[in-house]
Amino acid sequence: MHLSVWTYEGPPHVGAMRVATAMQGLHYVLHAPQGDTYADLLFTMIERQGRRPPVTYTTFQARDLGGDTAELFKRSAQAAYERFRPEAILVGASCTAELIQDDPGGLARALGLPVPVVAVELPSYSKRENWGAAETFYQLVRAFAQPRSTPRGSPRCNILGPTALGFRHRDDLREVIALLERLGVAVNVVAPLGARPADLARLGEADFNVVLYPEVANTAAAWLKRQFGQPSTTTVPIGVAATRAFAAEVAQLAGLPAAMLDEAEARSPWYARSVDSNYLNGKRVFVFGDATHALAAARVATVEFGFTLAGLGSYSREFGREIRQAAEQHGVAPLLTEDYLEVEAAIAECQPDLVLGTQMERHIAKRLGIPCAVISAPVHVQDFPARHSPQMGFEGANVLFDTWVHPLMMGLEEHLLGMFREDFEFHAEAAPSHLPQAAAPATGLWTAEAEKELTKIPFFVRGKARRNTERYAAERGIQPITLEALYEAKAHHAR
Amino acid sequence: MSSAGILPRAAAPLAALPQVLAERGQREVFCGLTGIIWLHRKMQDAFFLVVGSRTCAHLLQSAAGVMIFAEPRFATAILEERDLAGMADANEELDKVVGRLLARRPEIRLLFLVGSCPSEVIKLDLGRAAQRLNQRHAPAVRVLNWSGSGIETTFTQGEDACLAALVPAMPKLAAGAAPTLLVVGALAEAVEDQLRRLFAALGIGAVQFLPPRRAAELPAVGPRSVFLLAQPFLAATAQALEQRGARRLPAPFPLGAEGTTAWLRAAADAFFVDQRRFAEVTAAAEQRARHALDGFRERLAGKRVFLFPDSQLEVPLARFLSRELGMQLVEVGTPYLHRQHLAEELALLPPGTRLVEGQDVDAQLDRCRAARPDITVCGLGLANPLEAEGLTTKWSIELCFTPIQGYEQAADLAELFTRPLVRRSRLES
Repeated sequence: MHLSVWTYEGPPHVGAMRVATAMQGLHYVLHAPQGDTYADLLFTMIERQGRRPPVTYTTFQARDLGGDTAELFKRSAQAAYERFRPEAILVGASCTAELIQDDPGGLARALGLPVPVVAVELPSYSKRENWGAAETFYQLVRAFAQPRSTPRGSPRCNILGPTALGFRHRDDLREVIALLERLGVAVNVVAPLGARPADLARLGEADFNVVLYPEVANTAAAWLKRQFGQPSTTTVPIGVAATRAFAAEVAQLAGLPAAMLDEAEARSPWYARSVDSNYLNGKRVFVFGDATHALAAARVATVEFGFTLAGLGSYSREFGREIRQAAEQHGVAPLLTEDYLEVEAAIAECQPDLVLGTQMERHIAKRLGIPCAVISAPVHVQDFPARHSPQMGFEGANVLFDTWVHPLMMGLEEHLLGMFREDFEFHAEAAPSHLPQAAAPATGLWTAEAEKELTKIPFFVRGKARRNTERYAAERGIQPITLEALYEAKAHHAR
Repeated sequence: MSSAGILPRAAAPLAALPQVLAERGQREVFCGLTGIIWLHRKMQDAFFLVVGSRTCAHLLQSAAGVMIFAEPRFATAILEERDLAGMADANEELDKVVGRLLARRPEIRLLFLVGSCPSEVIKLDLGRAAQRLNQRHAPAVRVLNWSGSGIETTFTQGEDACLAALVPAMPKLAAGAAPTLLVVGALAEAVEDQLRRLFAALGIGAVQFLPPRRAAELPAVGPRSVFLLAQPFLAATAQALEQRGARRLPAPFPLGAEGTTAWLRAAADAFFVDQRRFAEVTAAAEQRARHALDGFRERLAGKRVFLFPDSQLEVPLARFLSRELGMQLVEVGTPYLHRQHLAEELALLPPGTRLVEGQDVDAQLDRCRAARPDITVCGLGLANPLEAEGLTTKWSIELCFTPIQGYEQAADLAELFTRPLVRRSRLES
């Protein structure tokens, strides 16, 4: 039993949902109680998708447990097929259904549906979201991928790994496709994002695979290598140096001569050399995230921006070896944990100048008053910006420069702080000028009772309520503002 | 006459019930654990420890989402493979987790062990665990248990289970004590304070709230207690209070000006408050609420509303929307219909209202699309997809997180329904 305040990853069936929701023409029938339908809001509210995830939940209840939950599963699968007419059906169980052992795979196959059924077994009590996504993607690839049927022509690759609810997957994909195009490599299939089951069947037509997110794609890529002899890229193109290395690796796998990439749009190397960036020297950075993004952040922060790595950790235990290696290189202790409280304690002890983490580290950093930028899932609605905001490629490196450097105190501001430590408004404890400041103090216009009532109004509308009430009172010569006047004003402004 | 010496009030006749369509199929609702998101802020020295899976932990943080500004007073003891292997082990593990938690949060006075789908299915006896932990941690910490499992509870039924678990812990009201009024159901603090002032003005002094803000302030209960439900989803809590001798005052729920007056009147009648005093206390506030609703009625009258089942607030909301704002009810879904507690509400619904208990979400979506209502009240999983289809939606969870009860909040409640319509017209103009 493990005590958890916040979790970095959801259960493995949420990973399966990320794959199913990314794809087209696939429907997931999940044996699960009603509460598990919360997972839909991850996609409709956090990612703001305009369609429901293609998931049917059997939503069994306590009264069904004595009866026939297997029958309920069969009815749900049949109904889902008839309603949604998918090209293939994915079936599985969530944590509770795993305990009642109904065998969704066997039940669905027994229905004799006219489309392929892929069953995924995701052990909820030992595995987590990313593993679930990787396993689901692997099972789908295994079920549908066919060997090459056309002769080898100009170089083609698959892009593996982007899912629904992925951290900047949409934008990374655009960057990487453009990069491959410039290198003269055609994209055969992108999966799972946007792929249909029929597209998975064509995976074998590619010469090699680009593994964009190892957490999701490694298992499938390893199978494709074993089965069809397709090699995979091992470099994730986050940062300028990694983008160059990725291009070289792609050229080699594609059998193309090593080419110089046009780097005109890569502004971050020059910005990092601009004199105002001198103050970035040795800023102590604490990095935590999934393995891919944490490893990349450690590299970019030190080599490309000149920060000092003060801490490195990840919740991706599957990549413990890589994290330990990188931590050793930088002379810091690796932090491999999924315990939010442990991460909080590590950051508090480290007292870094900047935290590069997930949304949870953003909370921690906010509490500790440390600047922070988000580099990895778990995702938040802010991680789906309306604008193009990749992490990968040269444009991605530009984005990293902006988002990591802007939260820091600017160079001249820092000098002035050093010179004028006694200034009452401008001192070391004051927040940077570009970050929000505290609210205005209270006035004497109010009775104590009304003033107290005002504090019960949520802080984000309190200022407006105060102004509206004071204006209302002033217009009517009400003084002091009583409880009654507060509610009169509220009713007045409601209209 | 009741033993409390206060006037009983006749319930509305159950025969007047409208037709209810019972539906079974896929549900698209939260489980009872979700109530922890407001309950953990309501009771400031209570901690909610869910004994469940990673899914439970993920649900809580996803549903709480951006709303958490401080360390929450809830957590999940996540069951792992080795806990499932042997039960004795799971109990020992739980004791260790609780020990660690209480050491970290010494200000906690009340710990809820909250059951989940997996803990129910493996029959982990949290009642016994609570007893055992009570012996170890009393008197500093009291340990109670309830289940928020999705195989037994839907969304707000979690609060019901939690409050029902508190009832046996409430002290006994002394036999000779004056009759007391209990207001049952979590309310925003500002609403509680408003209601407290109204009851004081009516001369009903002994008013207490369940849940209290602090564990030590649990109100006393006994045969001289009467209670008013402030929320429509408290079936088990009401039953537990009745078992302790308290008597429920049948009333509509305090939503809107009309609902609030009727709700207050049930208490006033039980405490023999005379009509003139009742009018003196409530008339101005009711008038103010009605006045504040005027502008909203202009915008909402005649608009057609479709309510998906979510919190059991749907029936009182439908009554408010139809009677005070002139909206037309296309369909009123509710996860569960408590015919007795809602008798007064049902009697106020327009005849022929389509009431649906339970859910088959795909069939219901078909009906909603066919009806093309002006506004659809639904959960977060459905809202954006329906918006993308061109329907205007109001996400229902906001109705649980916003102070909507009482006179001063009547207009706020109406505003929640105009907001999406105003938004749409702003963006389209």
